[in-house]
Amino acid sequence: MTPGVGGDPADGAKAAAELGRRQAGATSWETVVGLEVHVQLLTRTKMFCACSTRFGDPPNTNVCPVCLGLPGALPVPNEQAVRLAVRAAYALGCTVHGRSIFARKNYFYPDLPKGYQISQFEEPLATGGSLAFVSAERGPVTVRIKRVHLEEDAGKSFHDRVPGMTAVDFNRSGVPLIEIVSEPDLRSPAEARAYLTVLKQVLGPGYVAVSNCNMEEGSLRVDANLSVRPAGSSELRTRTEVKNLNAFSGVERALTAERGRQIAATERGEKIEQRTMTFDAASGEVHPMRSKEESHDYRYFPEPDIPPLVLGEAWLAQERRQLPELPAAKRERFEKQFTLSSAESAVVTATAAIADYFEGMVKGEGSGKEAWNWVANDLLSLSTDGESIPLPVSRAVEVTGLVKAGKLSRQAAKRVLPEMLEHPAEPALAIAERLGLLQVSDSGAIDGWVRETLEAHAAEVARYRAGEAKLLGFLVGQVMKRSAGKADPKAVNAALAAALKT
Amino acid sequence: MTEFRTAARDAAARIAACEAKGTHAFLAWSERALLEQADALAAAPAAARGALAGEAVAVKDVIADATFPTTCGSKILEGWRSPFEATAVRRLREAGALVAGKTGCDEFAMGSSTEWCAYGPSRNPVDPSRVPGGSSGGSAAAIAAGAVTMALGSETGGSVRHPAAFCGVVGIKPTYGRVSRYGLVAFGSSLDQIGTLGKDVASAARLLAAVSGRDDRDATTLDRVPLGEPGPAAASLAGTVIGVPREYFPAGLHAGVAAAARKALERLKTLGAELRDVSLPHTGYAVPTYYIVAPAEASSNLARYDGVRYGLREGGLSDVRAMYRATRGQGFGPEVRRRILLGTYVLSAGYYDAYYGKAQRVREAIRADFARVFASGVHALFTPTTPTPAFKFGEHIADPLAMYLSDVFVCTANLAWVPALSLPIGRDEGLPVGGQLIGPMEGESTIIRIAQALERVTDPVAEVR
Repeated sequence: MTPGVGGDPADGAKAAAELGRRQAGATSWETVVGLEVHVQLLTRTKMFCACSTRFGDPPNTNVCPVCLGLPGALPVPNEQAVRLAVRAAYALGCTVHGRSIFARKNYFYPDLPKGYQISQFEEPLATGGSLAFVSAERGPVTVRIKRVHLEEDAGKSFHDRVPGMTAVDFNRSGVPLIEIVSEPDLRSPAEARAYLTVLKQVLGPGYVAVSNCNMEEGSLRVDANLSVRPAGSSELRTRTEVKNLNAFSGVERALTAERGRQIAATERGEKIEQRTMTFDAASGEVHPMRSKEESHDYRYFPEPDIPPLVLGEAWLAQERRQLPELPAAKRERFEKQFTLSSAESAVVTATAAIADYFEGMVKGEGSGKEAWNWVANDLLSLSTDGESIPLPVSRAVEVTGLVKAGKLSRQAAKRVLPEMLEHPAEPALAIAERLGLLQVSDSGAIDGWVRETLEAHAAEVARYRAGEAKLLGFLVGQVMKRSAGKADPKAVNAALAAALKT
Repeated sequence: MTEFRTAARDAAARIAACEAKGTHAFLAWSERALLEQADALAAAPAAARGALAGEAVAVKDVIADATFPTTCGSKILEGWRSPFEATAVRRLREAGALVAGKTGCDEFAMGSSTEWCAYGPSRNPVDPSRVPGGSSGGSAAAIAAGAVTMALGSETGGSVRHPAAFCGVVGIKPTYGRVSRYGLVAFGSSLDQIGTLGKDVASAARLLAAVSGRDDRDATTLDRVPLGEPGPAAASLAGTVIGVPREYFPAGLHAGVAAAARKALERLKTLGAELRDVSLPHTGYAVPTYYIVAPAEASSNLARYDGVRYGLREGGLSDVRAMYRATRGQGFGPEVRRRILLGTYVLSAGYYDAYYGKAQRVREAIRADFARVFASGVHALFTPTTPTPAFKFGEHIADPLAMYLSDVFVCTANLAWVPALSLPIGRDEGLPVGGQLIGPMEGESTIIRIAQALERVTDPVAEVR
């Protein structure tokens, strides 16, 4: 299991594929999905003012004339937000434009204080990227990214705090976002989920770290466009937009429901209307939004308060150079360099920190496979966040060294490792000793346990000698049990083999 | 009593006299506020007093200050007290000026007469039956009535120069980006600029020097050192080339305005300037272009007055759409509503390219006209400021187009971002006539220098024919 990237996409994919087959009936339908993802950038201050972006503060405490849209206030772009947006765009393989234009998106809503959102429209920050992931259905897939642009968030409306009224919190107003628009290159709800999982891996704290990408806190938000067409066709049919998606699993469920609805409607001979659907996570159903809420003419025009965003070539090149090695490249390199399978490689590249840890362990261990075993089977279980391993590599190497030297069993190592977190200054050897876990390879003691075992299990010994070779394992286990797990299994094997020969 | 207290008291007496005559230049002012500022100034170390120490300055009501309400002449912002002050006002205070009060203007600076002010129009002190021009009419009237010697105004399409010409005072519209717009309530953001008015060129130029300069709160300010104080008026303009754009002297131009302009041009020549006939061929498109760009931006800038967070709220709380309609329908006056509708229309899907897109291209052509003329060795252009002297109340109120055409000579500089000023060049039948000098980008000091020289040899109250 890969920590930190949430769920196994394959499970959902299988279920969804099955559902798709059942719903498709006689005609085989293909699903076409494109995603618009909003990602909140990890800046200290807002996009156009110096207010804090902290999540969870009391309502309307992180506000000022600019993000409240008071008369006469003006926006000034946040350099760090631009920097993070550029990093995200490069991480998605986009062309970042040296000149882009902010634009106003005009609409009335109580949580939109200026009556317009500052976004980008005709000349976005970046265009033409891609993101690769492994589809459970189609194998490796590359989704084209149409554009990445910068914008500010709106405030947040609460319809349930005051009976019959709407309450508005402007703490979120002006928080920097990037919108990442994909081409309609996804072919199933499960692929949509897998794409989001990889997007979060790349942009989240694990790698490029431009965002927390936390869907529950709203730092990653998804709108999905979906249409269906007969399998094998390349036409793009009328699509609907699905909103109100607030978990990766919800995206998959909502799209599965909307796909089912569209297929059923099409098979009844109905036309699909271009409209916006909203997902009800409780019932698992999609419903059309009221038409009043969806018919918008945003009257975009260039934002006159902000000059064109001009980014120098040298600055852009520097940002590009500073990008970390991304998970896909790392995975591929690890497969080759350490002869790992792609699944194995994925486990130790979940985050850059885990990958660095793994490479540190390879240095300490000498073998890629061994290092992988340690990281995947023992060390990752020490992680509380799935993003990093709290024990220093040098400390882990102390333990693996004891195992190699036959002083500690693989099993006992599992008990020493968490103890090392509690006692960072105590040597591994001392911990093993204190816990009575040091292995006995002293032949006198082992011979004694072997002798006792052979005596206690005379019947099994006889059957072994009569040709039931598989009983050797049982006998080894019994010796180990007598040693309370402290005997060196290699020495036990040797001693037992010798004793059984006589 | 300190000299600043005396200055404050004198200013209060002059403002009271001005208002007692029914000028209604001010929407808010107070002697107490003046005295408090004077006392604070007296308490400050002498070195920190600045270039305008003790000068009473009036501020147009579309500019936020922390002492008085900022209503923008609109019912929708009745009583609105800004929690922050404009950068220009902060700089005034830092220069030691006393903010005397807030002056009347057309609602959200949309108009050329102050007749669209929700709190009643200001009157032209030269002839109270006539408008002071607009939209910064209150600021111009306050100076013409002798209440103050300098005032801040704002321009989107000539709103400082127009009333300066009508009232017989000086008005400067600086280069776009010269003065921070932070705290200037937005109308057409790509055109808006705080300007200065004064009883003479030096007063307006001194005020401009005090408020100009880069501001981290306005991303569109120029990254330049603030303008300096004006020098003494030059006795000669030898070596100065002044372009006379023929499009600004159409056949049928008001005879008094034409005569005044002719006299001013003769004086410039006498001063040693070389006059050159030039052409700005896209001038005729300026008003239509302006009336697409400015309303488009206004429709967006004024969307925030929705009754949700501040200002007027009408229509109850049961339905937010109904609240928007009632608040905006009752809070905005007819001219503002007209421009919001116009602007919303030209930005709508399917019309954007035909209107806003095309207007942007024409705007480029207008800008290129100026750039070409200034690149040909012309230092400044001379034109009349307005096509007629001050008109009477009610003369244009029912005819928006006639009102808009009053800005035909002034709105070009806003579209092109170049600096321009208006100074009195004489009177026709007792009414002031303004002459306009337009300079190249960042050429404020050039037009100020020429204006000072011309002012020195002009009797601003002499009849021109």
